[in-house]
Amino acid sequence: MPQFAIIAVSILFDGLAYAMFLFITSVGLSVTMGLMGFVNLAHGAFAMAGGYIVVSLTRDLGIGFAPSLAIAAVAVGAVSVVFERGLYRRLYKATDLEQVLLTIGLAFMAIATATYLYGPIPKSVPLPPWLQGDINLGFRAFPTYRAFLIVLGIALISVLWYGFEKTNIGAKIRAAVDNRRMAESVGINVDLLFTLTFALGSGLAALGGGLAIQLFGLSPSFAVLYLVLFLIVVAVGGLGSLKGTLLAALVIGVIDTGGKYLYAEAGGFFIYAITVIVLLIKPAGFYGRE
Amino acid sequence: MKMLKWAGTAALALALGGTTAQAENIKIGVVLAFSGANADLGQQIDKAFDLYVKLHAKDIAPHTVTLVKRDEGPPTGANAKTVTTELITNDKVQILTGFNFSPSAIAVAPVVTQAKIPMVIANAGTAWITNLSPYITRLSFSMWHHGYPMGPFAFDKIGCKTVAVAYTDFPPGKDSTDAFKAGFEKAGGKVTDSIPLGSPVQVPDFTPFFQRIKDSKPDCMYVFIPSGAHATGVAKAYGELGMRKAGIKLIGPLDLIPDNKLQDMGDAVIGTIVMGNYAVDLDNAENKAFTEAWHKEYGKDSYPDFMSAAGWDTMHAIFDTIKKLNGNVADGAKFVEAMKGWKTKSPRGDVMIDPATRDIVQDEHAMEVIRKPDGKLGIKVLGTTKAVKDECKVLKIGRCGS
Repeated sequence: MPQFAIIAVSILFDGLAYAMFLFITSVGLSVTMGLMGFVNLAHGAFAMAGGYIVVSLTRDLGIGFAPSLAIAAVAVGAVSVVFERGLYRRLYKATDLEQVLLTIGLAFMAIATATYLYGPIPKSVPLPPWLQGDINLGFRAFPTYRAFLIVLGIALISVLWYGFEKTNIGAKIRAAVDNRRMAESVGINVDLLFTLTFALGSGLAALGGGLAIQLFGLSPSFAVLYLVLFLIVVAVGGLGSLKGTLLAALVIGVIDTGGKYLYAEAGGFFIYAITVIVLLIKPAGFYGRE
Repeated sequence: MKMLKWAGTAALALALGGTTAQAENIKIGVVLAFSGANADLGQQIDKAFDLYVKLHAKDIAPHTVTLVKRDEGPPTGANAKTVTTELITNDKVQILTGFNFSPSAIAVAPVVTQAKIPMVIANAGTAWITNLSPYITRLSFSMWHHGYPMGPFAFDKIGCKTVAVAYTDFPPGKDSTDAFKAGFEKAGGKVTDSIPLGSPVQVPDFTPFFQRIKDSKPDCMYVFIPSGAHATGVAKAYGELGMRKAGIKLIGPLDLIPDNKLQDMGDAVIGTIVMGNYAVDLDNAENKAFTEAWHKEYGKDSYPDFMSAAGWDTMHAIFDTIKKLNGNVADGAKFVEAMKGWKTKSPRGDVMIDPATRDIVQDEHAMEVIRKPDGKLGIKVLGTTKAVKDECKVLKIGRCGS
């Protein structure tokens, strides 16, 4: 295989793995913003919480990596309902600024709490043997963990797609995103729907946080450091759109990886360039409602 | 009667002025990264400061010190400048120390020059920082301390004929790779690629950068990152991509393997060779006492690292100077003058403040990461160069010459 093809394949592979992480972590944020117009800057804090739960479960209790991911997702999803019912609910009708202040405040509190509990030193997780090493395809070896990310991402996308497109609840969510008042007037309980999707989104964020440990390491500032990335994915994809979030994650994941590989000197330029271009052409993102 | 009162006042003034036992409370401003992705770097130095003050408070009796601590913020300099100005104008500190990051030290330099306050750097390593103000002394290192001698060592001893360099894109990153290139090319090596790794503010996904290096198949890769969370990221990506198996050795300054994260890095870092001034495993009496005191204070799972060792020496130098001046630290220029030539046997080995440059002179060790008999990761010293100066200033390269 010629050299450029090998390079292209490896950029696509790494970019795809990165995109899966972006998608899993951002999709909840997109749906929350699309459904309720709620700006949840504490989304990264839920991801971070998931990461730390995985750290505690694997390192202190000796539970396997995969079950820890599942437990973290469920636990954070459940706890997020408490936040949604207790705090967020009060601000649904408030202005964006008030929502931003509440949620960024929560994010800072989460950072302080994580620093208090775990200290500022970055944590890592022990990976099971089946996720270590690489898979050799002859022309190129691929890290097993990234292959796992891709497989897991595709599986989750399939489940989410089925849930959104083929089930009754999915239809209701789509209806509520499209026109909330109409949905309510035909008897859809949007409040309950929102609580459910919020929990699902936060749980997925927690899963993303757990998966990110191996990519970036996990420190308390995770809650805000990568938030910009998630917001870019949401903005480029279009609020509330599953398809849009996926496409945005893919585009940004692959372009960022390719940019780093081929033109490292340009730094983060490509991510921002693509964001600006997409939003200039489609201000609401790929699949957002204009 | 009036005469008598005047005479009495004068006598009292003389008595007070002449006494040597008057106890001064000296305020030391500490500026370190306590928040953000690099918060643990601040903690490593802060712990060393606190430990030194706790164990050595009696050395400067009857004088005492108060540490006034402020958050340096992200490695961009702006926040450090604000808090330093506050420390000087509001808190009236007489000495400034800390400074994890070069951009902070660079931003603060004009402030201390104007205020005439001595600034004792405990980490920030861009070589030319000490040229920015006559009030700066540095106890940590210059990037050239590690980078420059690594050049010939890599070429002659490790067998790197071609090297790809990669660096976090801020002043010390360029400085470290420049230092390495200067030494390496002089020895006859060839640098094949030079890759910036993004900003120090967040840890990037290193994979695409390292994949590019892997594909270009150099003998070795020299990586500078601002230690901390970045170091863990480098170890992961290097291991995950199987780069050692592909025959590409990982080398760099000691920032790659900070002692407090080494145990978490796993087998991937075994065989990594760094140039540096400190490791927990360095075998000398001072280091033994230092690490024992550290473990006793902070627990057996907490390790000091090169930043802690420099922090320890920084407070040591400040204390010795306070003692030398008998607590009279009001004159900043005199304080700096008194620090020049200060030397000690430190956990790092013999160290001295070069009177000419106000920068540290210290031993440099080439160290390889190994799995120790007790199962933990550690280092093996491959070679030591005594009394290394900052070559950037010796050779007067670029801004080091001004």
